[in-house]
Amino acid sequence: MTANNGQKGTLIENIAKFREVGLLGFIILLSVVIQWRNSSFLTLENINDMITNTAILSILAVGMMLVIITRGIDLSIGATLALSGMIAALTVGAFPNLNPILAVLLGTLVGLVSGVILGAIISKGGVLPIIATLGMMYIFRGLTFMVSGGQWVSAHQMPDSFKGIATGSFLGINNLILIAVLIYVAFYYFINHTRTGRQIYAVGSNPDSAKISGINHDKIIWLVYTIMGGLSGLAGVLWVSKFASAQGDTASGYELTVIAACVLGGVNIAGGSGKISGIILGSVLIGIMNNALPLINVSPFWQTGIQGSIILIAVVLNALVKRGVDMNALMRRRI
Amino acid sequence: MDQVNKKPFSWKGFFLQWEWMLILLFLVVNVINTNLSPFYLDSVGLRDATMTFLDKAFMVFPMVMIMILRDIDISVSSTVALASVVMAHLYTLGVPMELAVVICLAVGAVCGLINGLLIVRFKELSAVIVTLSTMIIYRGIAYIILEDQSAGSFPEWFGFLGWGYIGGVPFILIAFVVMAVLFGLLLHKTTFGRRIYAIGNNPTASRFSGVQVDKIKIIVFMLAGVMAAITALFLTSRMGSTRPNVALGYELDVIAMVVLGGISTAGGKGKMIGAIIAVFLIGFLRYGLGLINMPAQVLMIIIGLLLIVAVMVPNLKPKAKAKGKPPKSQDQQIAG
Repeated sequence: MTANNGQKGTLIENIAKFREVGLLGFIILLSVVIQWRNSSFLTLENINDMITNTAILSILAVGMMLVIITRGIDLSIGATLALSGMIAALTVGAFPNLNPILAVLLGTLVGLVSGVILGAIISKGGVLPIIATLGMMYIFRGLTFMVSGGQWVSAHQMPDSFKGIATGSFLGINNLILIAVLIYVAFYYFINHTRTGRQIYAVGSNPDSAKISGINHDKIIWLVYTIMGGLSGLAGVLWVSKFASAQGDTASGYELTVIAACVLGGVNIAGGSGKISGIILGSVLIGIMNNALPLINVSPFWQTGIQGSIILIAVVLNALVKRGVDMNALMRRRI
Repeated sequence: MDQVNKKPFSWKGFFLQWEWMLILLFLVVNVINTNLSPFYLDSVGLRDATMTFLDKAFMVFPMVMIMILRDIDISVSSTVALASVVMAHLYTLGVPMELAVVICLAVGAVCGLINGLLIVRFKELSAVIVTLSTMIIYRGIAYIILEDQSAGSFPEWFGFLGWGYIGGVPFILIAFVVMAVLFGLLLHKTTFGRRIYAIGNNPTASRFSGVQVDKIKIIVFMLAGVMAAITALFLTSRMGSTRPNVALGYELDVIAMVVLGGISTAGGKGKMIGAIIAVFLIGFLRYGLGLINMPAQVLMIIIGLLLIVAVMVPNLKPKAKAKGKPPKSQDQQIAG
């Protein structure tokens, strides 16, 4: 907040400004330690694996970032993901000759519709995001079980073309990574260089003044949840295609991992700030933890606790840094 | 906050309260259930049905207070798991069951204290994100303790909590009624309760008028932890053993009951009795639909819809009446 006034920053401001650099440094440090403990960590194969696994997480994190910027939260994305993945899987199961791109579009459409409904409830119905998304989580999970009749769709019911969406590659780069990069670029442009994108930040950092300056608050909120829904729908198809199985409880609880990626990436949970570069790093950090903890023989039962602690520490550190920045701004005003 | 005392009493206003809507809804559910299944109106069946849904209902009381304070606690189900796992693990290590029960309650209190301290010390963090991370941590500790094992084979008397009767009434029902009365009195008849409403209506004004906002918040979050531990006692007793993934998703049911009970998500409004009616409403709905073999997933959808509609309906009403609605940012305080 004090970055533009041309004065020399103090230490705490620099930490705030270069928190991405700090995060990158932490990732490198972590990688070195893990590599030292297990040399199979930094092989090309494992890195490729890790990035592919992180792609879906980071796609969801992009949408979640927009939601959190507007001071909201979306707990329904795991259920939306499962629903659209299940519908896409059932469709390709019934019509094996369907073009895989159509399957992707179908899943995204299901997600978009879910997002439109959710956005309407939050923006027009005035329901708190946490309550509305909890309720929709129940509803989408229930619908997923109902459309599937409680059955799984497993690998042999899916045509190879569908499984190829996630396993195939273009110019030697895995499709998942390509899709994720496309989404980063598109959303980087959207939130930094378009009017609507900037309005999302405005609504998040000060809803009242945004309203006074003529920004349609409800429309922005609605849009944000619609985007989140669409991205979850897309992620649902990619998820089902990657793991070649669609279940009623696919990705249950995954919303917490996505929120964790955002928080680690420096998205302020109180709204108004967040960067694409940050959430990419946040997702990568979580990807590394998921991949590397088993490699260095950390018991899988410790992983939940470690992940939770890291989120809490990240959130608290964020708050402390923010306090330091605010304090500095106040000190300067006095002189 | 004194609107009840200041306004002249009117029968119309009295019957237009949300609680009467709930009672009506409750009767409708019962009539539908009776028509759907001939076995529904069996007193033994209904009596025993309360045993299956009342265990999580103990967490509803403190959650009402937390939501009146404009906060939320989604870590309660993980607190249940941690308290239950610690108790069972200590018992299998040879600690006497009486002591293990006391430690179970203490674990709950400590979990609540940690939540409360974090929320009070870091005011810029919302309760959502604090309890979200402690939810993962508490559950994670439960996994570290028991891994993928289960622990059980408790002494005979411990089973009484979940299965016992006193004079033909399930013990859990008696415990629930006693707790309901205690919490109802605490919220509606003590200065402590009035202060909770005051904080929920205007935290800043309350602080300036000398209400110890932080202290009250910490106490309420500790109550939530202790009640989660009591849920753990009843649940563990009824199931006879425990696993780290016990009580998964209970926080959603509890929040659904509280919101359905008419407690405003913007804070400062709502009554204990509403949430108590909502407990029985959802409980009997679940029992009745279970009798006619309705899949659990349909029930999930119904509860989800009820939850959203219950919040949306009161929000839509004032908008239609008057244009002067409160600013949105106030509503979003919790989620922010």
